[in-house]
Amino acid sequence: MSAHKNPRQFPANTREALANAPLQKTLERIKLGFQLFRMAAMQELPELESLRTALAAAKDRALAHLPHYLEQFEKNVIANGGQVHWARSASEAIAIVSRIAREAGVKRIVKSKSMLTEEIGLNAPLIRDGFEVVETDLGEYIIQLRDEPPSHIIAPAFHLSRADVTQSFRTAHTHLDPKRDIDDRKSLVREARQVLREKFLAADLGITGANALIAETGTVCLVTNEGNADLSMTHPRVHVAIAGIEKILPAMDDLALQLRLLGRSASGQRMTVYTSLRSGPRKVGDADGPEAFHVVLVDNGRSQLMRAETREVLRCIRCAACLNHCPVYASVGGHAYGVTYPGPIGAAFQPAISGIAATHHLPSASSFCGRCESVCPAKIPLTRIMRHWREEGFGKGVAETPNANALKLFAFAARHPRLFRATMKLARPFWHLPFGPMAKWRKHRNAPPAPAVLFVARVQQRRKP
Amino acid sequence: MIVSLAQGKRVGLMATCMIDALSPQTGEAVLRLVEQCGFTVDVPPQQTCCGQPNWNGGDRKGAAALARRTIEIFEPFDYVIVPSGSCGGQLRIEYPAIFANDAQWAERAAAFAHKCFELTSFLVNVAGAAMKPCGSGKIAMHDSCSALRQMAATAEPRKLLREAGYEPLDNPSAETCCGFGGLFAIKYGDVSARMGRDKLDALAATGATTVTACDLGCLIHLKGIAEREGRNLSFRHIAELLAPPEQTS
Repeated sequence: MSAHKNPRQFPANTREALANAPLQKTLERIKLGFQLFRMAAMQELPELESLRTALAAAKDRALAHLPHYLEQFEKNVIANGGQVHWARSASEAIAIVSRIAREAGVKRIVKSKSMLTEEIGLNAPLIRDGFEVVETDLGEYIIQLRDEPPSHIIAPAFHLSRADVTQSFRTAHTHLDPKRDIDDRKSLVREARQVLREKFLAADLGITGANALIAETGTVCLVTNEGNADLSMTHPRVHVAIAGIEKILPAMDDLALQLRLLGRSASGQRMTVYTSLRSGPRKVGDADGPEAFHVVLVDNGRSQLMRAETREVLRCIRCAACLNHCPVYASVGGHAYGVTYPGPIGAAFQPAISGIAATHHLPSASSFCGRCESVCPAKIPLTRIMRHWREEGFGKGVAETPNANALKLFAFAARHPRLFRATMKLARPFWHLPFGPMAKWRKHRNAPPAPAVLFVARVQQRRKP
Repeated sequence: MIVSLAQGKRVGLMATCMIDALSPQTGEAVLRLVEQCGFTVDVPPQQTCCGQPNWNGGDRKGAAALARRTIEIFEPFDYVIVPSGSCGGQLRIEYPAIFANDAQWAERAAAFAHKCFELTSFLVNVAGAAMKPCGSGKIAMHDSCSALRQMAATAEPRKLLREAGYEPLDNPSAETCCGFGGLFAIKYGDVSARMGRDKLDALAATGATTVTACDLGCLIHLKGIAEREGRNLSFRHIAELLAPPEQTS
């Protein structure tokens, strides 16, 4: 949960990432792992395109009637014996969770992986308020030990090597034999399980996110591969699920659709190992479950995205396929972006919650190759939305002004063919200046030779009657 | 001469500013190639830039101004050939989007879009052209992202290359961007160059020493890096590989 890099310094952040040899090594796993896994999973799904269309339609239907479905969800949660809380902002959401914890008299909190709690920065204030807060997703646990933000939406410790994890465990788990062998994956997982099991057993509050909220039943759905959500929502006496309002789905059938695409898009799994559904607290005769069940619904900028230009962002099911297929993300990793949600979805989403002035590099730092939207299970038009934010940045003058002015001059010149051609010719001697755009081009590349004549002018000359 | 439905129609060439300023020999090759297929090609001298840098830079006003004048210049033609997937995509896909909230121009842009074709798509799908044998050897084929995703022109260049006698080879990262991306290459040059190096590795892995593409932008970017690093690769726009040799008279 420690501080992010500054998104305003994105170009400098990328240089740092490109020069970081161990990071570059871990990033190779994107092409050899995530991309191949997804491809294999999709090859056995001939109906992929119709499923994507159906998921986009289901999410659009939910968003078109968002207040209705949210209220239906609330009604059903209450009917099931739970409580619903509404938070407009990050600070309201934090205050609500802290109050629930205080009023329930809890001390120890376990958390299942939740990007929303990263977005609102929940852990630090809870710890300040005197609670013990332990992340229980293995990746989240590792970065919590290292005091780092996640670098990937579904694999928060993606930027780390196994040796990094071994070192973190040795530093943190001082109660264990310092001579123990934890150099292989298996023993690391065994040790994490041992440490975290103690935390689960001692916890009196479990905080989870939500992959989906089902309006017709008042159900919270969570998927994990480690069972951490199951334990967080079943064992402690209080369960708080915290979710963005866009996670709402009208019906269980919609959830079935989302689940068919989520695991495959994310990690190439047909289904994740665990799919956990919870509707309300423990009922009479239940073997387990919490005594109290709370859902915190968070806006935090999402309703601003409801306008036509950006609405599709709210279809996102956080599978991270867009990150895994983004050549920029694959080059620099998640931390360079300096925000909670890196990669294309972050470029489309983050300006709404952090402001375009702070995040203008994110939607700009794309070659617009379009691969992200070609793999998005909800068919979010990511390129179009990134272009929208570029337009917003250009209009507000937040993108670097020389670039904006250069574009305006370019458009002016291009409306006057003679001026345009004269400028193209006159610009040539300046190609070799040690500053300006061509100097940036020449940093990594040779400049193309400047031909003696321009093509269009030459044809015109030749064809003169 | 090949007979096709497009025979006798008016064909205009949107040369693209990159070919205009940096590679006139590519423009000449396009003319020879299309003329060989039986068309007379006009090159309207008023043409400048399609406006993509402005559109992608967030300057809707500038992009709309350049789109309007490009439409006005090329509207009289039955077909507009663009020797670039990227600029072609701008005319065909993005122009209607630019005018989404301008009823009059939206209609005009939509009608115009249907006339605009990337070069190889035009030759195969409109002209029904067959290539005369004019070369040989292995060629590493690079699909620009716009040719791949916006224009869906991937089979066409390969078909034409094969007819002309070449052996086009696919590279293992065919769906990954080479890192050019227009102004992206300058604004985020370090990331762009890293992507370019990855792409050059993949292209070199095909075993071919000549790389071709339907887009000059990708090629100039890749060539610039390859030259800087002393890689043994040469780069030719697809029109230069397919065009008949220049008449020396």
